[in-house]
Amino acid sequence: MRARVRLLAMTTIAALAFTTAACAEDTSGTGTGSGPSAAASGGGIKSGLKVAFLPKQVNNPYFTTSDNGGKAAVEEFKGVYSETGPSEASPSAQVSYINTLSQQGTDVIVVSANDQNAICGALNEARQAGAKVVTFDSDTDPSCRDLFINQATSEGIAKVQVKLISEAIGPDGGEIAILSATANATNQNAWIEMMKTELAKPEYAKLKLVDTVYGDDDDQKSFQEAQGLMAKHPDLKGIISPTTVGVAAAGRYLSGSEYKGKVQLTGLGTPNQMRAYVKDGTVKSFALWNPADLGYLAAYAGGALASNLITGKEGDKFTAGKLGEFTVGAGATVLLGEPFVFNADNIDELNF
Amino acid sequence: MSEPAVRVRSALGSWDAIVLIAVVAVAVVGALTIDGVASPRFWRFVTLEAIPIALIALPMTLVVITGEIDLSVASVLGLTCTVMGQLWVWGVSSLPLIIALCLLLGAVLGAVNGLFVTGFGLPSLAVTIGTLALYRGLAYVVLGDRAVADYPAEWTNSAIAPIPGTTIPWMILVVAVLAVAFGVLLHATPIGRGLYAMGNNAEAARFAGISVVRTKFWLFAATGAMSALAGVFWTLRFASARADNGSGLELAVVAAVLLGGVSIFGGRGGLLGVIAAVALLGVLRNALQLAYVPANTLTIITGSLLIASVVGPNVVGMLRERLRRRRPATPTPSAST
Repeated sequence: MRARVRLLAMTTIAALAFTTAACAEDTSGTGTGSGPSAAASGGGIKSGLKVAFLPKQVNNPYFTTSDNGGKAAVEEFKGVYSETGPSEASPSAQVSYINTLSQQGTDVIVVSANDQNAICGALNEARQAGAKVVTFDSDTDPSCRDLFINQATSEGIAKVQVKLISEAIGPDGGEIAILSATANATNQNAWIEMMKTELAKPEYAKLKLVDTVYGDDDDQKSFQEAQGLMAKHPDLKGIISPTTVGVAAAGRYLSGSEYKGKVQLTGLGTPNQMRAYVKDGTVKSFALWNPADLGYLAAYAGGALASNLITGKEGDKFTAGKLGEFTVGAGATVLLGEPFVFNADNIDELNF
Repeated sequence: MSEPAVRVRSALGSWDAIVLIAVVAVAVVGALTIDGVASPRFWRFVTLEAIPIALIALPMTLVVITGEIDLSVASVLGLTCTVMGQLWVWGVSSLPLIIALCLLLGAVLGAVNGLFVTGFGLPSLAVTIGTLALYRGLAYVVLGDRAVADYPAEWTNSAIAPIPGTTIPWMILVVAVLAVAFGVLLHATPIGRGLYAMGNNAEAARFAGISVVRTKFWLFAATGAMSALAGVFWTLRFASARADNGSGLELAVVAAVLLGGVSIFGGRGGLLGVIAAVALLGVLRNALQLAYVPANTLTIITGSLLIASVVGPNVVGMLRERLRRRRPATPTPSAST
């Protein structure tokens, strides 16, 4: 009996050892090939760099898209790509993954922060261990990263939406309204202010902003607010909803109502949520940034940092493959560019 | 009966020993096969992660042994964090005072659980699912979606400072002292024996003169206070007080308690096994993470371990029972096989 117990224990440990060894071997196969070395490919970026993407959470289509963009970039400069992260968007879980990455000797950590402060200590520890840290999507405190890749400026976001609604309504103009998220959302209010500035320009003289309503980023409430706008403003020609929840709810309402095609809609949305409304003609176009490009740029920025091509100071220039040349701006940030416009021609190419 | 059979039986009877052996096995196998597990930094990170879970698992062990459960612990932690942040915003600049107020708050929140359970005789599962939501909601009332993160560096550094000459955070010593205190209380005092009695049969315990109501009430209050202590540590460690701090942590705590061999039905289990289980879960998770095991697989492994923890002790108990029954019939049961 005793021998049997011992045998059982030994086989268990052996099995455990085997599986963990298998895992470790798996990664070393693709992982530590030859170590970073200077190479001609990828615009002076060293080959063999270990680049890890740490999204807010894994299994999220948005981050899957951005990380795949990063993967493409890492493959271009012959680095070693990995994606890791918690299955729930929590800062403490991210800390644990950052600790792991720094122990694994990762050269570049590309992270979207769940909390701008909570992961700071861990990131700085990783930087002391030699890693370069690039944030994208959600920034940390600037003291704990080397670069932040900004998806779009508030100004760019405001401009593109006013432009899109104006194009959709046509030269005659008319009344428009804004369906926002919550009344005290900082980013929403900043965008709305900038849209007002934009609307004051002479080329938009025929557009008249008559109302701003708040759907609280709640699908039901946004739907009802969209409905309410029709009742309140019979001459309404267009709605701008700078929130993914709001624009999808308004799209659903309009596409099932008599106003479909008569009242125009644009805003910030994701292709998966908006595809049906673009195809049925409710929405002509809407905007957001392209997460794949965002990940692609972040990977190149990290590669340039880890190859000492740039240090992250203002004015540093680097080339990001197919996206071209970028310049580091104030506060160690790099701007991806103008928001990306989705319409019937390109909506099927993106999945998030 | 042969002497080896007796030893096997007592070893089988001790789930604690199995978990302890598992910790050592995982650590040794990990150190040999996974790059980085042998490094001092690995153990620093494992300890930092285990401290809040251990702090809450200590009183939770006692609660579960009495046949109750407290699922509100992570919400107590979260609410404490937000209040701590708000106190700092209001200009309370004495850390000891803030800690004292937080512990008091935690004890009160725990006492509310205790009051509902003992005073109104409600099932603790239902009560603490309610307060799980309630306390988390209150945390959002206090801070909303804000985060308070501008604590002095001395505070945040002091929480994670290592024991001089090592990489292990000194807070583990606090955990150790508390573990000894809870261990003595559970395993070496009449109160501790009373807890087991309540778990086995609350009615009988009452007739035996044990104050079930009062003991359980204070146990819930103590759980609240310990969760608050974990909250203070959490806030300082991450330098960030947020309403969602520690959400979901109650499952990690309950997992450790059950994996540690404490029966979910009460009346059985010990503190040593639970501490070993906290270590096992922490070491296993971090080691597998280092071995590039993806998050989804980790979740599956943790889930399987939980199932094993519920099934395991029962199987061990059954084996033990069978060995005991077999003893009179076959004096030397299969000592050679």
